[in-house]
Amino acid sequence: MTATTAHAHGDAARPDGTDTPVLQVTDLEVTFPGTRGSPDVTAVRGVSYELRRGEILGIVGESGSGKSVSSLAAMGLLPDYARVSGSIRLHGEELLGLDDRAMAAKRGRAIAMVFQDPLSGLTPVYTVGDQVAEAVRAHNPHFGKAAALARAVELLTLVGIPDAERRHRSFPHEFSGGMRQRVMIAIAIANDPDVIICDEPTTALDVTIQAQILEVLKTAQRETGAAILMITHDLGVVAGLVDRVQVMYAGRLVETGPVDDVYYRTRMPYTMGLLGSVPRLDQDDKTPLIPIAGSPPSLTDMPPGCPFAPRCPLAVEACTQAEPALEQVGAPGHRAACVRAGEIQANGWTARDVYPVPEIGDPPQAAVPREDRTTVLEVENLVKHHPLTRGALFKRRVGTVYAVDGVSFDIREGETLGLVGESGCGKTTTLLEILSLDRPQSGAVRVLGTESGRIGGRERMRVRRDMQVVFQDPMSSLDPRMRVFEIVAEPLRTHAYPKDRLQARVIELLRLVGLEAEHAARYPAEFSGGQRQRVGIARALALEPRLIVLDEPVSALDVSIQAGVVNLLDDLKARLGLAYLFVAHDLSVVRHIADRVAVMYLGKIVEIGEVANLYRHPTHPYTQALLSAIPLPDPEKERRRSHIVLEGDLPNPADPPSGCRFRTRCQKFAVLGEEERTACREREPELRRRVEGAADQAAACHYAERQEPL
Amino acid sequence: MAKFLIRRLLSSLILVFLASSLAYLLAATTLSPRSNFEQQQPPLSAEAIERELDHLNLNDRTPLAERYATWLSGVVVGDFGQTITDQSVNEHIARKAGVTLRLIVVGAVIGATLGVAVGAYSAVRQYRAFDRASTVVAFFLLAVPTIVIAVVLQVTAVWINDVTGRQLLEYGGEYTANLDAGFWGTLADRVQHAILPTLTLVLSLFAAFSRYQRNMMLDVLASDFVRTAMAKGLTRRAALFKHALRTAMIPTITYFTFTFGILIANATFTEKVFGWHGMGAWVVDSIVTNDVNAVAAVTCFMAVCVMAASFLSDVLYAWLDPRVRVS
Repeated sequence: MTATTAHAHGDAARPDGTDTPVLQVTDLEVTFPGTRGSPDVTAVRGVSYELRRGEILGIVGESGSGKSVSSLAAMGLLPDYARVSGSIRLHGEELLGLDDRAMAAKRGRAIAMVFQDPLSGLTPVYTVGDQVAEAVRAHNPHFGKAAALARAVELLTLVGIPDAERRHRSFPHEFSGGMRQRVMIAIAIANDPDVIICDEPTTALDVTIQAQILEVLKTAQRETGAAILMITHDLGVVAGLVDRVQVMYAGRLVETGPVDDVYYRTRMPYTMGLLGSVPRLDQDDKTPLIPIAGSPPSLTDMPPGCPFAPRCPLAVEACTQAEPALEQVGAPGHRAACVRAGEIQANGWTARDVYPVPEIGDPPQAAVPREDRTTVLEVENLVKHHPLTRGALFKRRVGTVYAVDGVSFDIREGETLGLVGESGCGKTTTLLEILSLDRPQSGAVRVLGTESGRIGGRERMRVRRDMQVVFQDPMSSLDPRMRVFEIVAEPLRTHAYPKDRLQARVIELLRLVGLEAEHAARYPAEFSGGQRQRVGIARALALEPRLIVLDEPVSALDVSIQAGVVNLLDDLKARLGLAYLFVAHDLSVVRHIADRVAVMYLGKIVEIGEVANLYRHPTHPYTQALLSAIPLPDPEKERRRSHIVLEGDLPNPADPPSGCRFRTRCQKFAVLGEEERTACREREPELRRRVEGAADQAAACHYAERQEPL
Repeated sequence: MAKFLIRRLLSSLILVFLASSLAYLLAATTLSPRSNFEQQQPPLSAEAIERELDHLNLNDRTPLAERYATWLSGVVVGDFGQTITDQSVNEHIARKAGVTLRLIVVGAVIGATLGVAVGAYSAVRQYRAFDRASTVVAFFLLAVPTIVIAVVLQVTAVWINDVTGRQLLEYGGEYTANLDAGFWGTLADRVQHAILPTLTLVLSLFAAFSRYQRNMMLDVLASDFVRTAMAKGLTRRAALFKHALRTAMIPTITYFTFTFGILIANATFTEKVFGWHGMGAWVVDSIVTNDVNAVAAVTCFMAVCVMAASFLSDVLYAWLDPRVRVS
């Protein structure tokens, strides 16, 4: 392996394994007893691993795989009613069975944790400084209040809170998500712990902020020399960061080993599937993702044998008889739980050999040049400003949030436009403005030539037929009290579809999205997230629209499920000649599905263009930073890359910087001469073609320049 | 922050003014003081009646606006006029306000504290014995009107006194008349008299607060920041006390304002049942005796109490929740 931060210590794990592991988990089993007749849920089933000094160990798995529960068990933070058995040793000392007082003495001192959601992780009523100081004082009662606070300021400075001397007096709600996560890290390292458990520390954050937080974690590890247990579902985050990785499925470890072995010499079909289903930023040609069929087993009623067997394309008779043990395959330390691991190794199979690769054609319009195709959606200088008001009785305007501030793009038939950007950039507002069909504050929206806000009720109904929507959260966008049949039939009924053909049409739609006719009689609660999203897509397709607006349609889904839905969308587009407006924050997914991409920053499009060009040679510094911030699920590439880490957070959209809005965080602005900077400060760059060679690529930067971030 | 509180104070003053004015106008139009004088024995002459009514500013032949103006000009200088028996309303208030305030302040503090404590603890022990018991008690108390609670307590007191053979609990009046027992004896006597009426108020307030606090506490128990606090090295008890309870009390503070009006209404019944001569008992009596000025004065007093409670909860809210202070 190349040097990672862990090895910078010089006291990393010795290969002969003579030093005691810092954390040793043996045969851990966690069961949540069922209440009122429902069966017990065994979330973790016999997990064993070791964490050595200064090591970074990744645990990867999808939701429900038990990765968080096993770490909460180590912290003693599981609810009282959970039944935990096995052994968890910290420096050789057994933790299971310790009472709360004894465990509290370990928590934060020897073993600390960073949680997923920084927005809810800090107590809203205390200042951040006090909360860090509390962590210091919890284990050093002799520290005075002032001394603890001084230490807190030191820690906040270390994790990169600017002006910590003053800002430690802020309350959590005054901090952005990224800043709060820094505070959480400060709390975790307050007492120089030996183990830091990071439970999806960057999942709730934007990519540029994720890059910042990963840097902070590396700093934290360097400062404390702690071993880090990195729990995540993101195979990219793990690739460049960890020394060893463990893959969990249905409460068990199914593959574990040095990160290169697991990524490049995968021996367990589930790991292969996971790696194959991730949309890759670094793949040039558009190939379908490899979804894993089915969904994870319910933990209450485990099938005998390998829990992955029902979804595994390689499953044989032996798989269903007994659960395979985690055994060594190939290099030392590399272990997998699969009866056919030897065969996989011998044949050198990869995901593409093991899983059926779906065939997806091109839409019928693909042969026609873009200029000759009908424009389905045209957005011209769209503006949406929210007034900021004060006062209860007499509202007075104190400012304006420039949510969308002059956005223009068009979508042609059979084309997908990806609208990407970080949270708060205005992409959802743009989408809602388009969907409202109301007259915009300024500018124009034309759906199939009809201008919004200038049409009567009857015509609005007609336009609605042509433009449908799929929402982000499949849990809340389907009425839980309606059967799937009713959900899909509702738009048809609203638009007076002939009653005698209704049933046939609903079943046809369900089949189209990969569901069965008998699913029509069920309620949304009986489906998994991916299936629910398919119901949402069927509903959107019911009226044979020509444009579908997709608001983060796959971001709530696990990767293996996400791949199936992405493929479905791709396939529907090809078969039905649809056009998509695909709003997302995940640039990898967008690369996979979009033909053109628009990147938004603070209410403006900063770069727009054909997908391959824009990803290969982004010209706007923000696009470059965004692409650079995304970790690749490829350990070697990831170690070779250097990420552009943007400074700070998104500026306040009510008070955007003068001139170019991105200049306050721009890595390019930082290295410009004083003279050149004047242009950035004073003139707002317009969106136009900036560099030769790329016909369909426009950027809003005075100093746009092609670069290869990957 | 100070600006916010001053604004609230000003709007409270306006509300107090409106409430008292409306009460005066309502009382002046619906009550009929004239009938009091007409039915007097021996009968008064027509001129005497007019004279009396004019003197008390209760003459229904004077236009309402004029009577209101007269009443208001007194009120702004702190004079609430005369009662129907030509005594100073102000003197009555001075005597009775203390009685009521003692009852509701002590009742509110004990009831709310007990309710918050029991509610928070039952949330921590959800579905355990303590939680179930407190739930049953709270719902029982919520279902029974205060007046019934008061009477039941009285009956129970009689029974206890009978069984023990001593006058342990007093259930009539505020103190023993003509008692000569020094400072401590008098205090003990007052406490002895105050136990049952206060308990009446405490029980109903406790029931409402414990339910509310339990729900608020359940909302924060599973929240991430409590877990963070434990991950720092706080014990569960410390994390719950310092992080969960403090946060869960914020909405309860707002709830306090709402319940205060109900508390005053309950105090009225309690005073009547236990023979306390407070503002609540007085308002009932003055409605019966067509005493317009007294009704308006008591309403004003109650409005001031409610506004004071609301102001207090604003201050507490700002103290507990920094988000209000900062923005």
